[in-house]
Amino acid sequence: MTGWPILSLLTFLPLVGVFFLLMIRGTDEASLRNVKHVALWTTVLNFVVSLVLWAKFDLAEPGFQFVEQAEWLGSSINYKLGVDGISAPFVVLTAFLMPFCILASWTSITHRVKEYMIAFLVLETLMIGVFSALDLVLFYLFFEAGLIPMFLIIGIWGGKRRVYASFKFFLYTLLGSLLMLVGILAMYGTAGTTDIVALLAYKFSPEMQTWLWLGFFASFAVKMPMWPVHTWLPDAHVEAPTAGSVILAGILLKMGGYGFLRFSLPMFPLASEYFAPFVFTLSVVAIVYTSLVALMQEDVKKLIAYSSVAHMGFVTMGIFALNEQGVQGAVFQMISHGVVSGALFLCVGVVYDRLHTREIKAFGGLVNRMPWYAAAFLVFTMANVGLPGTSGFVGEFLTLMGSFRANTWVALIATTGVILSAGYALWLYRRVVLGALEKPDLAGIPDLSRREIVLLAPLVVLTILFGVWPAPVIDFSAASIGGLLQQTTAAIESAGKAAALVGQ
Amino acid sequence: MDATAFPALAPALPEIILAVGSLALVLIGAVMGDRSTQLINGLALALLAAAGVAVVVAPDAVTFGGSFVLDGFARFMKIVAFIGAYAALLLSFDYMERLKFARFEYAILVVLSTLGMALMISAHDLIALYLGLELQSLALYVIAAINRDDERSTEAGLKYFVLGALSSGMLLYGASLVYGYTGAVGFADIAEALKGGEASLGLIFGVVFLISGFAFKVSAVPFHMWTPDVYEGAPTPITAFFASATKVAGMAMFVRVIMEAFPSVTSEWRQVVVFVALASMALGSFAAIGQKNLKRLMAYSSIGHMGYALVGLAAGTPEGVRGVMIYLAIYVAMTLGAFACILSMRLKDGTYVESISDLAGLSRTKPAMAFVLAMILFSLAGIPPLAGFFAKFYVFYAAVNAGLYPLAVAGFVLSVVGAFYYLRIVKIIYFDEPTVAFEPMSFGGKAVLTIAGGFTLLYFVYPGPLTAAAGAAAQSLF
Repeated sequence: MTGWPILSLLTFLPLVGVFFLLMIRGTDEASLRNVKHVALWTTVLNFVVSLVLWAKFDLAEPGFQFVEQAEWLGSSINYKLGVDGISAPFVVLTAFLMPFCILASWTSITHRVKEYMIAFLVLETLMIGVFSALDLVLFYLFFEAGLIPMFLIIGIWGGKRRVYASFKFFLYTLLGSLLMLVGILAMYGTAGTTDIVALLAYKFSPEMQTWLWLGFFASFAVKMPMWPVHTWLPDAHVEAPTAGSVILAGILLKMGGYGFLRFSLPMFPLASEYFAPFVFTLSVVAIVYTSLVALMQEDVKKLIAYSSVAHMGFVTMGIFALNEQGVQGAVFQMISHGVVSGALFLCVGVVYDRLHTREIKAFGGLVNRMPWYAAAFLVFTMANVGLPGTSGFVGEFLTLMGSFRANTWVALIATTGVILSAGYALWLYRRVVLGALEKPDLAGIPDLSRREIVLLAPLVVLTILFGVWPAPVIDFSAASIGGLLQQTTAAIESAGKAAALVGQ
Repeated sequence: MDATAFPALAPALPEIILAVGSLALVLIGAVMGDRSTQLINGLALALLAAAGVAVVVAPDAVTFGGSFVLDGFARFMKIVAFIGAYAALLLSFDYMERLKFARFEYAILVVLSTLGMALMISAHDLIALYLGLELQSLALYVIAAINRDDERSTEAGLKYFVLGALSSGMLLYGASLVYGYTGAVGFADIAEALKGGEASLGLIFGVVFLISGFAFKVSAVPFHMWTPDVYEGAPTPITAFFASATKVAGMAMFVRVIMEAFPSVTSEWRQVVVFVALASMALGSFAAIGQKNLKRLMAYSSIGHMGYALVGLAAGTPEGVRGVMIYLAIYVAMTLGAFACILSMRLKDGTYVESISDLAGLSRTKPAMAFVLAMILFSLAGIPPLAGFFAKFYVFYAAVNAGLYPLAVAGFVLSVVGAFYYLRIVKIIYFDEPTVAFEPMSFGGKAVLTIAGGFTLLYFVYPGPLTAAAGAAAQSLF
């Protein structure tokens, strides 16, 4: 360990903010403003630190960087942090999205503001911890602890059916995670260590790989979420406050994909190859089925939630294509979706703050009163569709190309999903933004405020920037993905050779 | 060993302190009457603290002709049990004062039953075990009914007595069968006699009866029926005592007998323990869902938690025993914290309420207490990074390592069911609107809640020492 521990700083800086928030007493106007500012500046500062991480990151190095280690549980379970090209983009993404969440809640959260900000800062610590943990138990700790603040965020500051949604979210995810915990315990028992770097080099027996893969799959599939265990997501999204939806779609869903890349592929390569057709099936079903379901939604948030499930279908498909385009596309798609879906939920939040409804029927013709809003919403809708020139295109294209190389039929069916996504997204845009402004309560609706412009402008820029110049993200992860795939395919090939030898 | 030689007393120093001390307290009480209640309460706390120190300094040895042992395991369990008793005493004083049944006998009975626990934990043959168990139980029967003007309290005491006597009988019957078929009462001698040979049917019967007796004492399914009624009926601080210290002692004797006397018939007892663990986890999870009374809920919760602890015993390995020890230590902290909260549910008119719905909106009226209670509940549900997660982690690690995959998977699935009812309380605390406001907490309640809550919440920061201590102590049984 050299220099200052930048990852620990990134992980625990939000907790320092929490400490300051706890110092602030009183509920008057001034202290409320203090609470918001402390939360905002903490997250901004953390984002700056994450930029330092980005600047110092060595793009050519496929292994882990900024590694820190300290004694923790004893008996070879340690506190170990580190990032590689796969996890670092997610760390930066998390730190990037957090200030937006705080800003998005500036006026819409009116009660228990301090607790709200504390919950978000704690959540940031846990999310960054998930992506930078290099010890399985530590990873699990961060992974599952995130349930507590998210449960409270949905349950306290959510909509009408918040209790139902929060319980469903919590119990669904918990069940999946616990099956992964059995897998973690079994790995610890077999390999004698929970160090992820050591486990990446450890070769589990093929039979054990199958079981471990299933255990981890249970957790990541729920988190992702994959069809048919996605039903918690629409409920959670609809009931969560805007910032909660942004975090849920932007970061929490990515933990599933990250888990597949970090654990399933390199640690259980044979099982990953064995189960790839299974994942393909679930992915294309997700892409087509949830796109169809999205077409029929009457709630804007629910529609975007279903479209998220479809987009995550592209991610799983790309990951299990087991080739460079697929995996790179999956990582890019996750980052892009983090930005775009977060932005879409922010857009919904903007009109929800004005009208307090999310019914598609309640809107129409917003372009007449809110031209800036219409423009921003258009960019994100196009990115959601996957129009070339937006970031959504790059990810979808790469994952489709990767899966085309792996299985033509999968790519064929998945491509129809792209068409369907154009259907629901454009239709949504038409019903909400275009047309004549007929509803009386829309007549006086104001356009974006300065805060909302600050909120959406960077995301618009980023969406288009990544669409025309995806290199920053792709270069970031290229070396690590190369190393990952090399290891995975080598393991699959050597197993194939061994089988051939036995057959002779 | 020379049977006429005077036994070494040093290893039994804590027990001697408790025994002599409690007799002295009885004298003081007899002379001074109820005026001495406060004095005796203070002295009882001092006695427990002194005994705790004595546990640390007393030397490791087997003494009293092989019927008493002090080893790492006993040391660990005794300290946890003493902490439980100490905290329960701290919680009681204010409560009894307010409900006007403070009497000097109470603290003495707690000390006596703690003495019984210490003897159970250190027992190294079946006879010493039975003596310790009965000393503990007789004191407990009286304590359960100490509020003698309260119908529910007397009912609880009576129920506990009848069923407890029955289970003691079963245990004694099992012990006599084991003696009959092995010709030994010492744990080491029994293990020696069983070595190599096939286990006879009579012996298996004996083991099953023994386990039944133990299961009753730790309130594991199918011998759990008394628990909800006794927990609900007994005065709340006494329920806290039942749920913490007595569970530790019962589990310690369970583990020691199984591991020291029957290591060579593992396959025979393992299936029984696996069944008891599974059934306890299932019942603890499902039956708690419908409860409206917090104390009843804690009763079912404790049944479930004993099931989880038994998962470690089912593994039958040093890791498993370590898991059980860590589980109990963390369980005691969580339970005491939860009971400290229940005890602070006092209304303006001085009455205590104990229904779950009374907690509604606690996060508005008492944010600090609400936060700690919510964290304790998440911890009971086993959510990281709270202490309860590590408790489950170690027992299930042992089970997985021993190849008991189905048990581990079933346990985890049931813990999701269990999480539901803990979440329900969190929901009531945080999501609902307040209905009643509670009076400030007593000093004892604050002290116990701060320490227990702090331990539960911050255990993950520095978990090494407890793990290492339990790991080293578990080795002494092998």
